[in-house]
Amino acid sequence: MSTIRGTGPGTADAPSPDDALHEAAALSDRDVPPPHGAPSDGPMLAADGTPLKKSLARALRLQKTRALMLIAPLLIFVLISFIVPIGQMLWRSVENDIVAQTLPHTVQELAGWDSAANELPPEPVFEAMYFDMFIAAEAKSHTKLGTRLNYEQTGMSSLFRQSGRKLDDLGKDYQKAFKAIDGDWSKGEAWFELMSGAADAPRAADVAAAQARNVATLIDTPIAARDGFAPSQEIADLLPLTARAYTAMAMFMQFEDGDDPAGEKPWETLYPALLRDLETADVSAYAGPRAGMLQTLAAARGDIEQISFTDAFAEIDEDWVVAEPWRTIQTHARNVTPGYFLNAVDMRLTPDGAAAQPEDKQILIRLFQRTLVMSLVIMGSCILLGYPIAYLLANLPMRTANILLILVLLPFWTSLLVRTSAWKVMLQQQGVINDTLVWLGLVADESRLVMINNQFGTIVAMTHILLPFMILPMYSVMQTIPPSYVRAAKSLGATNWTAFWRVYFPQSVPGIGAGSILVFILAIGYYITPEIVGGTKGVFISNRIAYHISSSLNWGLAAALGTILLAVVLLLYWCYDKIVGIDNVKLG
Amino acid sequence: MSIELAHKPGTEFTAAVTAAFGAFAGLLVGTSQGSALIGILLGAAVLGALAWGLLNFDLPERSARWGVAAVFAVLGLLIGGLAGLVVALIFGWFFGWFIYWLGSGRYRIRLAPYLTPGQVLWHYTFRVICGAIFVFLITPILVVMPLSFNAEDFFTFTPEMLRFDPEGYSLKHYRDFFTNNEWQRSFKNSLIIAPVATIISVSLGTLAAIGLSQSHVPFRRSIMAILISPMIVPLIISATGMFFFYSQIGNWMEGALGLNKTFVGYVKVVLAHAVLGIPFVIITVTATLVGFDRSLTRASANMGADPVRTFFKVQMPLILPGVISGGLFAFITSFDEVVVVLFVGSASQKTLPWQMFTGLREQISPTILAVATILVVISIALLTTVELLRRRSERLRGMSPG
Repeated sequence: MSTIRGTGPGTADAPSPDDALHEAAALSDRDVPPPHGAPSDGPMLAADGTPLKKSLARALRLQKTRALMLIAPLLIFVLISFIVPIGQMLWRSVENDIVAQTLPHTVQELAGWDSAANELPPEPVFEAMYFDMFIAAEAKSHTKLGTRLNYEQTGMSSLFRQSGRKLDDLGKDYQKAFKAIDGDWSKGEAWFELMSGAADAPRAADVAAAQARNVATLIDTPIAARDGFAPSQEIADLLPLTARAYTAMAMFMQFEDGDDPAGEKPWETLYPALLRDLETADVSAYAGPRAGMLQTLAAARGDIEQISFTDAFAEIDEDWVVAEPWRTIQTHARNVTPGYFLNAVDMRLTPDGAAAQPEDKQILIRLFQRTLVMSLVIMGSCILLGYPIAYLLANLPMRTANILLILVLLPFWTSLLVRTSAWKVMLQQQGVINDTLVWLGLVADESRLVMINNQFGTIVAMTHILLPFMILPMYSVMQTIPPSYVRAAKSLGATNWTAFWRVYFPQSVPGIGAGSILVFILAIGYYITPEIVGGTKGVFISNRIAYHISSSLNWGLAAALGTILLAVVLLLYWCYDKIVGIDNVKLG
Repeated sequence: MSIELAHKPGTEFTAAVTAAFGAFAGLLVGTSQGSALIGILLGAAVLGALAWGLLNFDLPERSARWGVAAVFAVLGLLIGGLAGLVVALIFGWFFGWFIYWLGSGRYRIRLAPYLTPGQVLWHYTFRVICGAIFVFLITPILVVMPLSFNAEDFFTFTPEMLRFDPEGYSLKHYRDFFTNNEWQRSFKNSLIIAPVATIISVSLGTLAAIGLSQSHVPFRRSIMAILISPMIVPLIISATGMFFFYSQIGNWMEGALGLNKTFVGYVKVVLAHAVLGIPFVIITVTATLVGFDRSLTRASANMGADPVRTFFKVQMPLILPGVISGGLFAFITSFDEVVVVLFVGSASQKTLPWQMFTGLREQISPTILAVATILVVISIALLTTVELLRRRSERLRGMSPG
């Protein structure tokens, strides 16, 4: 487009403003003055006295800006509402922060555990799990995590769901014991006074900030740490675990439920946390509010029957005291995972690296293969059916060809669903084709052909639907082949077949290439037609994507499958661009 | 006349070819009546004799053809009732024409005189193959139309319909479409979503196409690739991406802006469809602008018009056909779209194709066929419009419309 020079074909011979701009574009690339017209002394000047080179450059810049301003609104619209969503989908195929977000402390503790040693994780892991799981269960996000981990190991979903329900029991026993020592331990107000310390005491901002981050991701709303509860620095140093658990609880109550933590019943997590802190903390010197209550408790601590967190989890579900679920959690704790992509190619991420899926779960590779093979078959039948039509149209007189072209364009313009429903009407067992065959006596009434809900149905319907996309590019290429070449070949003694195969066909290959790539690209991404006429045997990978989006809700896998499909399509389009050029896409 | 005589084939040739065709017709009739072999023999004998007789006795062509058709029709009526009459009438008319077409040598008139018999045979075989492919292309669309007038709730032709019994036909599926709330609501939704999406894509797309067709556009290819990408990316992938994106946007609009849920639903679907329509607008309008004579805008500027006035008075009327056909493409894209609306929309944005899709999956009612017929009529209207616009545009650009 921008290669037209002053007196080239297609332009008037007289110079136009555009020519000057082309000159300017050329001038900016070289320092030697142009050979023509330039006086030997000094630069050429424009009418207003500025150097011509400069004023032309300014005009060029102005024109570029104007063009970009015209394009900008649409470009921004497409970028935001199309490119960004696609990018988000690509990201979702590797994103995996749900584990680290739901169980932040557990993941930290698990990092040091050697999963290969076939031993249970140490007590601190169970302890962290208890506190993480408790707040996750309050936010009801433990089931989401269970569903996520269930993709990797069957049974995780029910394990998480049931454990979330039974988690309260451990704290309840302690709560009773605490209450027996001092009735105030079951009151929110008392806890609030203890944890906040004196009114003017320094606050533990780092604890508050960490818990605000944690709670915000769980309840999916942003939290400003300074608006929420913060424990006193002294308590946070003295009773770190309790301060952490209490702050998380207080923030959850404030921001999720909109309640004042002082007026609410305290969570059961606080009791085991405080007991755990008291094992190491020396509270005798503490002088803040409710110090007496705390010291009494510390003295009577020995009377409370304690069990380890490991035993508590064993009581909740036997499955927690085997290494398997912990191994799964540890393997999938990373924020970015190749797991979905491995799943998409029938493999899975195990602690020992990538491994093949169990035999009965290997369906996706076969589905990819089927999608490719069926798209190739559809492409092939489109070539077979489209070539004669395109040849006929290109060799008929213009007027007749245009009338016949309507027969090609009418299906092209008809709604996809209309054509799909038409094929359903035609192909089903009580359908038009079977009825006609039975009427003609070619097929017995009781042995009607099964032509729908299998691969045959999908191939026939999609060949029909995509045929115009094959015919139109072929037709436009064949129109440009001069008929005299074939005549020349025949007059030189070639037979009909030789003249066609050696002279005409090679010239029509670009049309076949363009049509084939177009049809193939459209075919591998098809969803509607296979869904309706494909049954279970004739579906494509896109139907699997839709299934994971709307039924199984495994969005990460859907995104990974989509990404692979997108990569294939973009690769093919790159080929299309090399062969045909995207600019040459024509419609109708 | 002399050429015709020179190529006039012998009566035996015509009789033999007609007998071959008769054998094929006999095969069809024979299988449906019980015995294929008798059908073949009888068909070959009867039609061979017929051709020989007609050509040898030199009957006046017109009355002979009518006679053949009438005899066939009566025989058909006796064998197969009304449907048999129609089929036999077609057979009779065909063979009457075929015998004289072959026998008088008319089949060679339009072909180059030097063609060998083999080439002539291939010429017509090729035509027949192409005809069969055209039948494959068009039949599914044509079959839907009569079926939509079915009086029964079947997806196939009933015996009453085949007997052309008025009892077998009714408008009840159309009545159902126009009275059923589900269908009417989805139709209305389509009529809301498609035009708004079209307006967005046409207005933004035309501006951008004008920008893109300027002579100095930096990153022209990359910009073009981005703008065309909604057409390149398979719909299922676009739908997946938009599903994630628009659920967040929707929550944000409902939460932060406090908008009505239904309204937000429409906005989401309209925006999604507008993006899908943009490539079509860009492609058609840039194609129109390639032939646009730029000296016209310069002339207009020379006479003192500002760029806005130049655009509306000079450029717009000339590129209008391209804009309108781009708009029609965008409209049909949105009007026909299922996958994205299925993922992005909620039940209150159910469009016509969505309703058809659920209907087809659960196979509820043949009202789908009535809707399909209406849509075919609409697409014929759109096709005609686009074709007329294309011709107008080519006339304006000084090419002869084909």
